[in-house]
Amino acid sequence: MDTFIQQLVNGLTLGSVYGLIAIGYTMVYGIIGMINFAHGEVYMISAYLAAISIAVLSFWGVDSFPLIILGTLIFTIVVTGVYGLAIERVAYKPLRNSTRLAPLISAIGISLVLQNYVQISQGARQQGIPTLLEGTLRISVGDGFVMITHTKLFILAAAIIGMLALTFMIKSTRLGRMCRATQQDRKMSQILGINTDRIISYVFVIGASMGALAGVLITLNYGTFDFYAGFIIGIKAFTAAVLGGIGSLPGAMLGGLILGVSEAQFSGMVNADYKDVFSFSLLVLILIFRPQGLLGRPQVTKV
Amino acid sequence: MKTIFKASVALPAAISMALSMTAMADIKIGVGAPLTGPNAAFGEQIWRGAEQAAKDINAKGGINGQQIALVKGDDACEPKQAVAAANQMVDSAKVVAVIGHYCSSSTIPASEIYDEAQIVSITPASSAPSITERGLVGVFRMAGRDDQQGQVAADYIAKNLKAKTVAVIHDKDTFGQGVADTTKAALKAEGVETVLYEGLTRGEKDFNAVVTKIRSSKAEVVYFGGCHPEAGPLVRQMREQGLTIPFVTTDCTVTDQLVTTAGGKKYTDGVLMTFYPDPRNLETGKAVVKEFRDTGYEPESYTLFSYASLQALAAAFSATGTTDGNKASEWLKSHSVDTVLGTKSWNEKGDLKESPYVMYKWDADGKFGQL
Repeated sequence: MDTFIQQLVNGLTLGSVYGLIAIGYTMVYGIIGMINFAHGEVYMISAYLAAISIAVLSFWGVDSFPLIILGTLIFTIVVTGVYGLAIERVAYKPLRNSTRLAPLISAIGISLVLQNYVQISQGARQQGIPTLLEGTLRISVGDGFVMITHTKLFILAAAIIGMLALTFMIKSTRLGRMCRATQQDRKMSQILGINTDRIISYVFVIGASMGALAGVLITLNYGTFDFYAGFIIGIKAFTAAVLGGIGSLPGAMLGGLILGVSEAQFSGMVNADYKDVFSFSLLVLILIFRPQGLLGRPQVTKV
Repeated sequence: MKTIFKASVALPAAISMALSMTAMADIKIGVGAPLTGPNAAFGEQIWRGAEQAAKDINAKGGINGQQIALVKGDDACEPKQAVAAANQMVDSAKVVAVIGHYCSSSTIPASEIYDEAQIVSITPASSAPSITERGLVGVFRMAGRDDQQGQVAADYIAKNLKAKTVAVIHDKDTFGQGVADTTKAALKAEGVETVLYEGLTRGEKDFNAVVTKIRSSKAEVVYFGGCHPEAGPLVRQMREQGLTIPFVTTDCTVTDQLVTTAGGKKYTDGVLMTFYPDPRNLETGKAVVKEFRDTGYEPESYTLFSYASLQALAAAFSATGTTDGNKASEWLKSHSVDTVLGTKSWNEKGDLKESPYVMYKWDADGKFGQL
């Protein structure tokens, strides 16, 4: 029993992080129908930015955890947002009216450029940050126990708050309304006076910001990253987005959680070697019975 | 008219002559290593070692009066890229010997290309037994073999840690799984039961699920066959989940980056690993180590192995008077070479005749020392 709960906790923290990154994929797909393959690299860059920010803040003598985290989050989210904007400007905007495949390739190109840029400027070595939030929660379950580090609790809380804030923004603000309108019908929104080009840029910024939040959280939890860190987690997050229904925000989060928990439970009960086989089989099964993903809207052919 | 014609023919001919002259004047030796990618830290060590050795040998007059020119071959620790790099070095750069590669999974396919081209290759780091078990003539290693490494780890786990049950974790790579398998077999021979045998995925950072599994398996020791990018997070997550049992791992974690990837000295405190006795303390390497330190570079782990590999190649080429791969391999198998790592000699397979592994332990200050 204690093992099951521990694996559940493991899966939820991992899954919430997948979910946050998946939001970047799902939002961009929702609005322009493209996969932003550079999103994994955006997350990777945010990890570096978080480490830089933590280092600078501690150099300035800031040593309270809330202040460091607040400063790091603001800095990382803002700068990563600028990266998101730049990616859209360079890789997507010039190709807005070209074939569907062109931006896909340019995004892969951007992803390689970012990887190599970080490798050259920061070095190929593994980077790390010291543990900021010490302490572990120990809960006895039957004759065993479950250990949850405070960092993990913080991740869960931050992921939930981030999701709620984003949902509020999309559902209830003017910007959110414009985003949804652009997603439904870009041409009509344009006719009604929405600057859709700008909305698309905003969506990239929002997606990158959520990636940045994930970057800060992951860096806090695992303490280590390198220029290649965005690749695997990017693929997993993309899978989560498809699983939950690409284009759907709650779907991305749900997909992330399902992926994380199923990986952890499968590793725990069967074999860690085949956890990816299991999660991708799950994906295939779900797509066979629900091609639009768990919470996705079925594709309606427009006439 | 006629003279102009002649001159216009003669000039390019002279240039191409001059070009081929300079090409002939250098002995080209390839360095195949992960210069990019997650293992680039080790690639840099190998490159630096070879670079310094080439500089020193060239300063003493080179090989048979010819200077050594090194050619980079970046394999990124990817088997496919290793093959591409090997072909490029052999076909375009026309290297006569290769130092490399680092990852066993790269060394194995690349060495087949070197064997086909009949050139000598010495790996300064790869320890998978199969590298020298395929009957390839010109393949040598300056490193030990996993079976030797696994044996030492298993001995220590059984005799010093007195464990009855062990969890063996590996990273599904040729090296990691290879050494994990040899350790597992050696443990079985010593009467230690492997209660958990699992693989994790390289490049991932979250191993909490595996850690929970180790915890419920009631293993007394964890053996990890793999490298520092995964070993660091693994040991950290073990400690975070309250698992304080000994953590034993391989020589692939021999870098201060283990502390970085674990996120602090307190997590690596007590980590055990198998490695060669520190080559920097050897009497034979004192002068070279000083040379490195004078240039501001600390010759960590594989640097000196790479240096010694080039010394061995230079010795073989000097003694045989040619750069013929077959003659050089024959010579290396029947003679011993004085290197910065001491006197080395090779058996018929190309393995070092003696390769001592010893146990190391990380301390609370983030340093490791021989036990």
